Amino acid sequence: MSLPSPWRADFPGILALDGEGQTYLDSAATAQKPQAMLDALLGYYAGGAANVHRAQHVPGERATRAFESSRDKVARWLNAPDSAQILFTRSATEAFNLLAYGLEHELQAGDEIVISALEHHANLIPWQQLALRRHLKLIVLPLDASGLIDLEQAADLIGPRTRVLALSQLSNVLGCWQPLPELLALGQARGALTVVDGAQGVVHGRHDVETLGCDFYVCSSHKLYGPDGVGLLYGRKAALQRLKHWQFGGEMVRVADYQCAEFRPAPLGFEAGTPPIAGVIALGASLDYLSALDAAAVAAHEAALHGQLLSGLAARDGIRLLGAPSVALASFVVAGVHNADLAHLLTEQGIAVRAGHHCAMPLLKSFGLAGAIRVSLGLYNDSADLQRFFAALDQALELLR
Amino acid sequence: MSLPAGAEQALAAFAQCPGWEQRARLLMQWGERLPALSDAGRCEANRVHGCESQVWLIAEQRGQVWQFCASSDARLLRGLLALLLARVNGLTRADLAAIDLADWFAQLGLARQLSPSRSNGLNAVLQRMRELTERS
Repeated sequence: MSLPSPWRADFPGILALDGEGQTYLDSAATAQKPQAMLDALLGYYAGGAANVHRAQHVPGERATRAFESSRDKVARWLNAPDSAQILFTRSATEAFNLLAYGLEHELQAGDEIVISALEHHANLIPWQQLALRRHLKLIVLPLDASGLIDLEQAADLIGPRTRVLALSQLSNVLGCWQPLPELLALGQARGALTVVDGAQGVVHGRHDVETLGCDFYVCSSHKLYGPDGVGLLYGRKAALQRLKHWQFGGEMVRVADYQCAEFRPAPLGFEAGTPPIAGVIALGASLDYLSALDAAAVAAHEAALHGQLLSGLAARDGIRLLGAPSVALASFVVAGVHNADLAHLLTEQGIAVRAGHHCAMPLLKSFGLAGAIRVSLGLYNDSADLQRFFAALDQALELLR
Repeated sequence: MSLPAGAEQALAAFAQCPGWEQRARLLMQWGERLPALSDAGRCEANRVHGCESQVWLIAEQRGQVWQFCASSDARLLRGLLALLLARVNGLTRADLAAIDLADWFAQLGLARQLSPSRSNGLNAVLQRMRELTERS
């Protein structure tokens, strides 16, 4: 069945790649951008750049207003009660590092940080390194056969010394929604701070941080059809107050002397240096664009396309899916075929999919794999993209087998 | 400096390759001609790191010239390794230092295999080759 994307024409990047013979199926790595975002980026620079929060002049005031209005838009997108609960970072990875450094002072030797076996390196390594610095225990929640965090084992492993529980909402490899309400409740019952990695999750459907009830929610702009160089951190008010400042300089300083200084509270206190002004403003334009779409139509399109992806993979011999993906992507390997060979031949045919460990080396290792191929979808993909992918896959497998 | 016979042969074969499919078949054929490494040769010390596939490289100096052996568990990469060895085996250290291997792969129509975003490992192999030959 043909599934055209009514939004494809809004994304010059996907059209340009198409024209070049490239089928882009790697949106989980980074997404193409809507024209509205490109216009905002150009509009800001072409209209006169200025720094934010520090100038009384008109260009500075205009930039600050646009920058802060993006903060409002992000707050609305995530249903955060107050824009002051949204912090801009340079990436989602930086947001996790902010948390790992900002919370370090609260942790004592022997305390526990709990993550899961499917975490992206960004939500693993900052905690791992913190654990090494402070002699903490890093506890890894195991997965069940379908790739979901095992709730029974989680109930045993999340204990009285758990101080931080940091979990992905939607795995970038397995593509399934994790049972966060149950897991977060386990952490809250133990008084742990809860951190959700929404880097993949935020792109699919709307999420409500208040309903989710987490202390922190992290995601990035570039996967959410916004520019790169911008990460987002939402924090509950009480949780934000527990963070210690970690990067210094710029407008995060309230009062400075040679030997001492005082700092602003969140959000500005955690935005040291000149922030990615153009990127933040352009993210606002992406969110305006996304907000204007029919969310149900987008979800239905993505679900139908994902269904075609799964049934196409299931129809071919020897394909092993990783986990049981329910949305957005599918990772797989083919029996008797080296992942690198398949990746090579898909690339030769203009198919842009991700091959390798997907920044989740321990997870791939637990499957006994060094790598896998991942096909991931954006709202601009259509069934013709998948047909080209499957034709290329068949050709490649014919050559390799 | 004239090309080694194997390199001449590679150039003749790949230069006439009309498309990706032919090129892939040819690469796999060349990979199959690469002598297998013994289990001892496939040891950790000979592993080239920085590749997503497993790759081993052994360098040996015989008199004035270098001889390399290499293998990988990925077939197309084995082909690329065969093309590399065809160009470098039997060269003196000075010859080795003088050749432009990026240009060699470009002549074969395989320049893209060396692009920095590639994680197939060819770049890591070239780097390792330099380390092994410069160290001695």
